[in-house]
Amino acid sequence: MTAQSNSGGGLPPLLQLSNVSKSFGGIAALKEVDMTLQAGEIHGLVGENGAGKSTTMKIIAGVYHDYDGEMRIDGARVHFRSAREALAAGIGMVHQELSTVPDLTVAENVFLGHQPLTRMGTVDWARINKEATRLIASLGLDIDPKTRMGSLPVGLQQLVELSRVLFSGARIIILDEPTSALSPPEVKRLFDVLRKIKADGRGIIFISHFLDDVLEISDTVTVFRNGKKVVTEAAATLTKDAVISHMIGRGSIDMHMGESADLTGDDAKPVVLEAEAIGDGRQLRDVSLKLRAGEITGVYGFMGCGQIELARALFGKIRLKHGRFLLNGSQKSFKSTAAARGEGIAFVPENRRMMLFRTEPVYKNVSIAILDRIHRLLLMPKAERAIAGNRAKDLQIRPPNPNMMLGSLSGGNQQKVALAKWLTHLPKVLILSEPTRGMDVGAKEDVIRIVKDLRDRGVAILVLSTEPETILTLADRVSVLRKGMVAKEFNSGTIHKADLLAAA
Amino acid sequence: MSMTDVQPNSRLKSFLKDQLRNIAPVFTLLALVIFFAAASSSFFTVVNFMNILSQISITSIIAVGLTYVILTAEIDLSVAAIANAVGITIAYFTLQPDYVNIANLPLPGIIAIVLTLLTALCFGLITAFGVTWIGIPSFIMTLAIMQIANGVSALLVRGQIAYSYPDLITMLGSGSIFGIRWTIIVAILFLGIGHLVLTYTRFGRYIYMTGGNREAAEYSGVNVKFIIGSVMVISAMCSGIAGMLAVAYFGSAQQNQFDSYLLDAIAAVVVGGTSLFGGRGGIGNTIIGLLVLGVLNNGLDHIQIDSFLKILIRGLILLSALIINVYAQRLKESE
Repeated sequence: MTAQSNSGGGLPPLLQLSNVSKSFGGIAALKEVDMTLQAGEIHGLVGENGAGKSTTMKIIAGVYHDYDGEMRIDGARVHFRSAREALAAGIGMVHQELSTVPDLTVAENVFLGHQPLTRMGTVDWARINKEATRLIASLGLDIDPKTRMGSLPVGLQQLVELSRVLFSGARIIILDEPTSALSPPEVKRLFDVLRKIKADGRGIIFISHFLDDVLEISDTVTVFRNGKKVVTEAAATLTKDAVISHMIGRGSIDMHMGESADLTGDDAKPVVLEAEAIGDGRQLRDVSLKLRAGEITGVYGFMGCGQIELARALFGKIRLKHGRFLLNGSQKSFKSTAAARGEGIAFVPENRRMMLFRTEPVYKNVSIAILDRIHRLLLMPKAERAIAGNRAKDLQIRPPNPNMMLGSLSGGNQQKVALAKWLTHLPKVLILSEPTRGMDVGAKEDVIRIVKDLRDRGVAILVLSTEPETILTLADRVSVLRKGMVAKEFNSGTIHKADLLAAA
Repeated sequence: MSMTDVQPNSRLKSFLKDQLRNIAPVFTLLALVIFFAAASSSFFTVVNFMNILSQISITSIIAVGLTYVILTAEIDLSVAAIANAVGITIAYFTLQPDYVNIANLPLPGIIAIVLTLLTALCFGLITAFGVTWIGIPSFIMTLAIMQIANGVSALLVRGQIAYSYPDLITMLGSGSIFGIRWTIIVAILFLGIGHLVLTYTRFGRYIYMTGGNREAAEYSGVNVKFIIGSVMVISAMCSGIAGMLAVAYFGSAQQNQFDSYLLDAIAAVVVGGTSLFGGRGGIGNTIIGLLVLGVLNNGLDHIQIDSFLKILIRGLILLSALIINVYAQRLKESE
């Protein structure tokens, strides 16, 4: 490489990636990516799930070190062997999931992991509180450093975490979905802080699904698609639609299933389960939804939009703060998952580990949800095995042996077992969270077929996903969630992926 | 569709891996029996065998309930204290000889027994309420109940010793039939029913599944709180009944007479191979564990050994069982 001095007469860029590629087990996750971050720049990074954003960031942050290509900081070539080395070189990351400790004070959180010590070797509390006050004030915030972290709103907690990263001397700051949990005034405050940091001559990489936010705060925007950098442009010259079309490659030849869908919402079908203005007081703010018999309702939204909570609220796993459910027109409240199951509601969570017993045979996994239907008092393992065997046949679970330990099945087959639980006695309502995530094509098609078949047999189905393809492939009507509220509903007509992305 | 080929050899290996927690205790038991039989002429006799059974009978009844609790990955530290309190309660409701200076409340035998059983039930319900409704970890909750039960014991006897119980209790606790002590028969009954319920009923299956993966059980629509509450109540009832029989077995009811039973019962369950992480094991394992402990305690009396060393040896055996328990769990999960 002869990229010694490509920036004319000025300073070398703060961070430069050239020709970076990374693959996992032979599958390319990142292909020849170039990216440049200048000092005093906020660089927006957008792309769909799996486009390569996180992989790139993990390379920068030293989490992955077996990649091809090169990385330079201030023009000097670096290759981090660990996250610690990256940290020492001035790279700080604020993750979407906060890594603060709610039971410690704000000051303790700022200094977590590197508390200054007195000469006696004890923690220097006076200095911690003084420094923390100074740091927080320098961000234009007014927080008492002795406040308990957990008592602050999420937006402020995030800013405290940011000040921790700043304190550690980071000059390159990576923010992963910083606005997903924030209300508009909190977003504004975050942006004020980011502009201050930028003015200090630090560089910020701002990763987000919220394109409006990205376009507002960024100087430059880079779009990733399928592990490649598609474009880098000045934010001022971009529009939301332009970004979306870069993200999904509209007009490109690699169009495939799930790019668009013809919705067939039919208001004549009877409503089975209705949620009226439900909220859990946290992520789920205010959602109304009608699930109809023989219809698949899709709920699309980014991570943290409240869909995880919505699914759990419907299945009696979390309590509602407000709102109510109507099941076939009469009001219900599900005090437990057992109560929800008793009312004919079934749920397959996004993570199959959550509902499978790895060290038990397949038949026990299948029968657990219907034991009270097949047995009065005594168990009849023979009947259980027969039922599990039938389900294995219906769902083409391989191998179709009900005595196999669940843990020895492949992931896709495990997912089918999770679904098989609910299929012996048809539920009234089936809630599926990320039903096809992480599955190979064959298993995916099987699941899609099964779900559509269940719909045709009259089950009211709710599919929740962060992947637009899943929603577009399955749904008859779509609700888009944004920050715990229904942002938009699509009931009929043709919709495209871009419509979902724009609404979320 | 990746399915690993299973060779006969690796199948045997995985079977052994799977069964390690069941096999190891049996070998421990055999080794102990062989050792003591060789070391002492009085050990390997029918009389002594009946002795051992009688010595472990009270622990067995407690261990049945405790097995249920541990299978759900919870713990009950209050079993011995509840046994003590309930044992004292039955004496409290019985007319005592003149020389026993306790302000008690004599009632007809059957009423006394029913009230005493209700006392045990109350302890169980309070524990169940605390663990499931309030959400106190069972470790802490049962520690508190242990203290409360000890307090009840102390208040009821005030340092005195009681000697009389209803006739039924006296018979079951200290009597025999056909030369077999009733406590042994009651213990076998409890173990048998405990095993049948665990293995052949829906409730039993729910216990295993709740212990195996609580979240998954909940997402499958199992009422996990009900299951955990129930096992806490069952454990308290088993402890209570064991306590009633034990005071008759001992011949006296007083404070702190059950101190060794908590550790013995937990040790029996765990030494037998029931996983402290829940979901694995059962009454069969507990029976082996009880026999290991019984043979050990009894055998050490048959050979000339420093009685202080005995305590240490018991500790070491328990430690090695715990190591096997954790190791077996790890093997299982690495599969």
